[in-house]
Amino acid sequence: MTVSRREARAGWLFLLPWVVGFLAFTAGPMLFSLWLSLTHYDMLKPPTFVGLENYREAMTDQRVGTALWNTVFYTALHVPAQIVLALALASLLRRAGRGGGFFRTVLYLPVMTPPVALAAMFLLLLNGQHGAINGFLGWFGFQGPNWTTDPAWIKPGLVVMSLWTVGSTAVLYLAALTRVPVERYEAARLDGASPWRQFWHVTLPGISGTVYFTAVVNTIASLQVFTEAYAMFFGARAKASAEGDAALFYVIHLFQEAFGSLRMGYASALAWGLFAVIAVITAVQVRLSRRYVHYEGDRS
Amino acid sequence: MRGLSGTSVLVTAALVLAGCGGLGSRSADALVTMGFGLPDEHATARVAVFREGNPDVDLRISEGAFDEQQFLSAVAAGDPPDLVYAERRKLGGYAARGAVQSLDGCLRAHGVDLGRFREAALRQVTYEDEVYGLPEFSSVRLMIVNNPVVRAAGLDPAALTTADWAAMGALADRLARVDGGRVERIGFDPKVPEFLPLWAKANGAELIGPDARLDDPRVVEAVRHTTDLVARQGGWASFKAFRDTFDQFGANNQYATGQLAAMPMDSWYVNTLATNSPDADVTITPFTDRDGRVLTESGGQAWAIPKGARHPEQACRFLVTMTDTETWVTAAKARRDALAEAGRPYGGTFTADRVADERIFREVFDPKGNPILERGVPVVLSLQDEAFALPPSPAASELVRAWEGAVNRVLVGQQSPEEAMAQAQREAERALKRVGGR
Repeated sequence: MTVSRREARAGWLFLLPWVVGFLAFTAGPMLFSLWLSLTHYDMLKPPTFVGLENYREAMTDQRVGTALWNTVFYTALHVPAQIVLALALASLLRRAGRGGGFFRTVLYLPVMTPPVALAAMFLLLLNGQHGAINGFLGWFGFQGPNWTTDPAWIKPGLVVMSLWTVGSTAVLYLAALTRVPVERYEAARLDGASPWRQFWHVTLPGISGTVYFTAVVNTIASLQVFTEAYAMFFGARAKASAEGDAALFYVIHLFQEAFGSLRMGYASALAWGLFAVIAVITAVQVRLSRRYVHYEGDRS
Repeated sequence: MRGLSGTSVLVTAALVLAGCGGLGSRSADALVTMGFGLPDEHATARVAVFREGNPDVDLRISEGAFDEQQFLSAVAAGDPPDLVYAERRKLGGYAARGAVQSLDGCLRAHGVDLGRFREAALRQVTYEDEVYGLPEFSSVRLMIVNNPVVRAAGLDPAALTTADWAAMGALADRLARVDGGRVERIGFDPKVPEFLPLWAKANGAELIGPDARLDDPRVVEAVRHTTDLVARQGGWASFKAFRDTFDQFGANNQYATGQLAAMPMDSWYVNTLATNSPDADVTITPFTDRDGRVLTESGGQAWAIPKGARHPEQACRFLVTMTDTETWVTAAKARRDALAEAGRPYGGTFTADRVADERIFREVFDPKGNPILERGVPVVLSLQDEAFALPPSPAASELVRAWEGAVNRVLVGQQSPEEAMAQAQREAERALKRVGGR
C-alpha cells in the first residue's frame, strides 16, 4: 500500500465517527424532514401526504415575507458590523505587546456567556428609558432610541447585542494577521505607502481568506438567528407583547409553526426554504470569492 | 490489546450510564409529572398528602415550567409523563388533538363531585362534554388603583371607573406624566394585548366561540380604545420601555414608587403587593363593562393525563388528591404557618374549588391586619363566581397569537384597528380550518 493510500485510509478512519454521526443525526433527519415537508403532520396523528401544498402556502404566507425580510435585514447589518469591529479589535490586539494574552482572554470571555443570560442582560442594558447604553449615549448629548420596544430599532438593537460575541471572530483575525509576511509591510513602507494604503493593499489581501470564511460562517449563522431574539421577545408570555413583528425572524416563525401550531410538515417546508436561501447566498459569496480572495499558494 | 479492551469497557459503561440518565429512560414504576414545581407549601404539603396516602407510589416531580414543545414531543414519541400541569386554556387544544385523555372514568371511579368546581374553570377543561383536566388555582382580573397618585391629581380613587370609555382618555392624560417623549408615570395601563378578551367582553363581544369574530366592530372598538390610551401616554415604544423597568415583584414596585396610577391586573398580584409593600395605599376594585356591571376573566392551571401515560390509575389518584378539598385546606394551613414563622400575613389560597375556598377563608385566612389583604381579598372572593373564561378551542394557541399580533401591530402603528383585526380574523379562520372546526 502506498503512503498516500495509507494516509487516505487513516484520514477516513479519523473521519469515521463524524461521518457516522452526520449520517445518523444530520443527513437522516434532513431526509425525514424533506418527506415531512410534503405532508400534514401534527405529531399526534400519522402524516398525510399533501404534495407541494406546504411550499405553496409558504409562498403566500405574509409572516414568511416579514420573517424573511427581518432576517435578511439583520444579516445585512450584523455581518459587516461583526467583521469590521472584529478586525479593528484584532489589529489593536496585535499591537498589545506583552499584555496581548490577557486582552485576548478578556476579549474572548463574553463568548462564553449563555445566550439566554445574554438576552436577559441586554434587555436591561438596551432599555430605552433607563438602560445603561442610552445612559452612556446621554453623556455625549444623544437621546438614545427605545431599542427593545420601537420596531424601527429592535433589529439594530439586536445587532448591537450580537457584537458582544465579536471575540470569536477577532481571535480568528488575530491569527490571520500574524501570518501576513512582515516583508510586505517593509516593502510597502519603502514605497511610501500610508498606514491606510498598507491596510488596504497588504493587510486585507493577506487575510482575505479569513475574511471570506468569517463572512460565510457569520452569514449562515445570522440567517438562522433564534435564541437571543426568542428569549427577549417571545419566550415568556409577558414578553411576547413587546415586539410587534419586528423581531420575528425566520427560524422563530418556523419554531412557532412547528411547536406552537403543531404543523411539522409546514415547518419542514419552511426549513427547506431557508436551506435554499442560504445555499443561494453562499453560492453568490463563493462566486465573489474567486475575484476577491487570495490564498498563499495563488499565482494570480 | 489489554488497553483497548479496557477502553472498550469504559466507553461501554459510559454509554450505558449516559443512557440511564436520559429523559426517556426513567424507571418504569415511577409516576412522573411535568410542568409542576415545589416552590412553596401549596405544592409541598399537597404532594406530602399524596405520598402519605400512597406510600407504594414512586412519585417523581420533574420541576420546571410547562414546556409545550417537550410535552407534545414526548406524547408523539410515545414516552409521555404520567401527568401534566398546564394552563387551562391550552387543554381544549390538547383534547381536540388527542394529546390528553378524558378523565370521565377516573372521576367516576373516585366519586369526584364536579359541582364543587367553579363553573368557568370547569368549562375551560371540558371539551365536547368530556372533562380532560381538573382545575387547580384560580385567578380573576380586577383593578388596582394607586391612591396617593390619583388623589394628587385631584381625583377620588373610589370613583375611578372603566365604564365610561369616552372619559378614560382624559383620565389617563390627567394621571400620566410624560416629559419630552419620556414616560415618567403611566396613568392608566390597559394591559393589552393580554387583557383584550376582558375589554372585548366589556364591549359585549366574545373572541372565541361559534359566533365569535375577531373583526367584530365591538372588538375593533375595544382595540381602538385601549391602544388610544397607550398612544396618548407617550406611545407604545416609550410606554412599554418604561413598564419594563418596573420592579413588579419587589419592594420598589410600580405602586410603591408611584410609577403607575391604575391598571387591571390578575388577582394573585394582591398577595404579591401585600407581601412586598404592605404599606402601599391602594384601592382594589372590580373591573366593569361599559354599563358599569362587574366583569372579570378567570384563569389558572389544571392537571391532565397525557395520552399514552404509563400509569393512568396512579395519575388519576394523584390529580384527584391534589385537587381534593381536604388537601387544599391542609396546604393552606401549612402555607399560613410557614408565613407566620416569617412574621408575614397569609392572604389566602384561591382555588377552582368553591368548597375549599369557603373553608380556607373561614378557617385558615390570617391577614394579620394587612390592609391590602383585608380590603382586597373580599373583592377577589366576590368575583370568583362572576368570572367568565375563554372557552376551549382546538386552535386556542393560534387564536391568541392572532389577536395579540393584531393588537401589537396597532400599538406600533403598523395597521389601523380595522385592518389588524381583519387580518387576525383571516389567520383565525385558517387556523380553525386546519384543526377542523371550533
